[in-house]
Amino acid sequence: MKSTRVVRSPGGLSVRLDVRAALVVVLLLLAALAASVVLIGTGDFPISAGDVLKTLAGNGNAGQEFIVNELRLPRVLVGLLVGASLGLGGALFQAVTRNPLSSPDVLGLGQGATAGALVMIVLFSGSATEVTVGALVGGLATGLAIYLLAWKQGVHGYRLVLVGIGVSAIVTAVNGYLLTVSDIVDATRAVVWMTGSLSGRDWEQVWPLLGLCAVLVPLVLVNARGLRMMEMGDDVSGALGVRVERVRALLMVAAVLLTATATAAAGPVSFVALTAPQLARRLTRSPGPNLLSSLCMGAALLVTADWASQRTFGADQLPVGVVTGVLGGVYLLWLLVTERRAGRI
Amino acid sequence: MNRLSAESVTLAYDQRVIAEELSVEIPDNSFTVIVGPNACGKSTLLRALSRMLKPNRGRVLLDGQVIQSMPAKKVARTLGLLPQSSIAPDGITVADLVGRGRYPHQGILRQWSTEDERVVQESMAQTGVTELADRYVDELSGGQRQRVWIAMALAQQTPLLLLDEPTTYLDIQHQIDVLDLCAELHEEQGRTLVAVLHDLNHAARYATHLIALREGRIVAEGAPNDIVTAELVEEVFGLRCQVIDDPETGTPLVVPAARKARAATAAS
Repeated sequence: MKSTRVVRSPGGLSVRLDVRAALVVVLLLLAALAASVVLIGTGDFPISAGDVLKTLAGNGNAGQEFIVNELRLPRVLVGLLVGASLGLGGALFQAVTRNPLSSPDVLGLGQGATAGALVMIVLFSGSATEVTVGALVGGLATGLAIYLLAWKQGVHGYRLVLVGIGVSAIVTAVNGYLLTVSDIVDATRAVVWMTGSLSGRDWEQVWPLLGLCAVLVPLVLVNARGLRMMEMGDDVSGALGVRVERVRALLMVAAVLLTATATAAAGPVSFVALTAPQLARRLTRSPGPNLLSSLCMGAALLVTADWASQRTFGADQLPVGVVTGVLGGVYLLWLLVTERRAGRI
Repeated sequence: MNRLSAESVTLAYDQRVIAEELSVEIPDNSFTVIVGPNACGKSTLLRALSRMLKPNRGRVLLDGQVIQSMPAKKVARTLGLLPQSSIAPDGITVADLVGRGRYPHQGILRQWSTEDERVVQESMAQTGVTELADRYVDELSGGQRQRVWIAMALAQQTPLLLLDEPTTYLDIQHQIDVLDLCAELHEEQGRTLVAVLHDLNHAARYATHLIALREGRIVAEGAPNDIVTAELVEEVFGLRCQVIDDPETGTPLVVPAARKARAATAAS
């Protein structure tokens, strides 16, 4: 039953490892990378997995190199990074608010980012970059608004979720209004953006995401132990020496940044932030925020969804957000049903 | 100079003032019990003593230092708190939950020392939950669960331990179990215990130092034998009663006056 291993060094250092959780992380990472290789090979010019790997290593022919490195690799990288950011961001929101329902979709961050993007599309007919910036600003502003409105001698889980739902309703109304006043061309563009799509993503989207993840992921993981204690309530964790309010504020900012940037890059890809942590937790069967496994689950889920959508409907026919919704939802329901049969919930 | 004290603190939630200019000394090596009617501020006082609530004015001192200015983990190695409400994470085992009490002794490169392991085993043995080590906390009864939480607080290895109504929701046998455990921790390990209790008779039986609180003020404090009288109970709780000697322990035993007798005095 207990799968925890402890590694100790003579100098008094010790590291505790949950074997099952570590295994889940490794397997999910492998799954995400394998799906990425297959996804790079998928399209109007199919390339075998072996050739993809060869090309990535720098030994492909010129044609393959162009298709892989210039067209498909950045798109897959954006998919991996967006999935990872959403998975991690979702896990953070759920752990900080102690509510499995709190995800950027429910809290209104996705809608906030959408509002920013719609303003650029509908009112200014903005370029792709301007739309991205608009979405980023919209997401961050919504996150800030929710935090300030929910602040009352500290931010507590339920109030944050309720305030988030309220803000989300307002922003959704604004988005609806913006769509009704737009002309048909802008409206189509807006709807595609709102579903979440990876088509046409290139290196320009990769770098900011990669930079942000490089800073935020280590920062978040360093604070994971405190967050794990906060599961037991503010008083218990405070008494154990966790600076609850500081850890919470820091992790909230990180979660908002991660989801806003991911949404700006690929649109509000639905359901990944909500399901990835739940799926990860059920695989690791370990308490705690399961941050790393949620991150890997998000990445695997998004890339697999993108592959499934391209495979089934052809390149760029179906936005990835549609598939993540269906795939993640069905998988989560299946897990919940089997768990209920096993009597665990 | 006692290790833990509050110096003329004003305690409030938002604008609602619970206590003003309240000073409290927790005698070292005592089993201090705080009693008082509902909403008299006893839990609030405990929260302030454990730095969960920052006083609007005044200060709480731990080892001569203002508690808020001390490093959080250092305080957590000196003073433990078992709050009224705590949440057991989904799917956590008893051993894992007790192990979380070691947090203030750990760091990112010192996650689980042999000392941690030893203390967790010891804490589980002391509270009699060793056989439950691999069970899930959600499956336990209320009495077992409370023991597990106490084990977690013990694993913190603090010389001072604060407990907020540790016997609430337990049946009489488990209430006595928990109080016996507290008495043991106090007598055999020399820890200073501070508990908020509802039951005056339990308080009088187990406390070495009693603090009676009403509307945020201390009405009386001292050894139960010295301070618990019918007059005090009437003043603090507004209840007419007799105080007799507990036939088992000789400590004061509060026996409320019969309903008719109370009605008669009220009428006259």
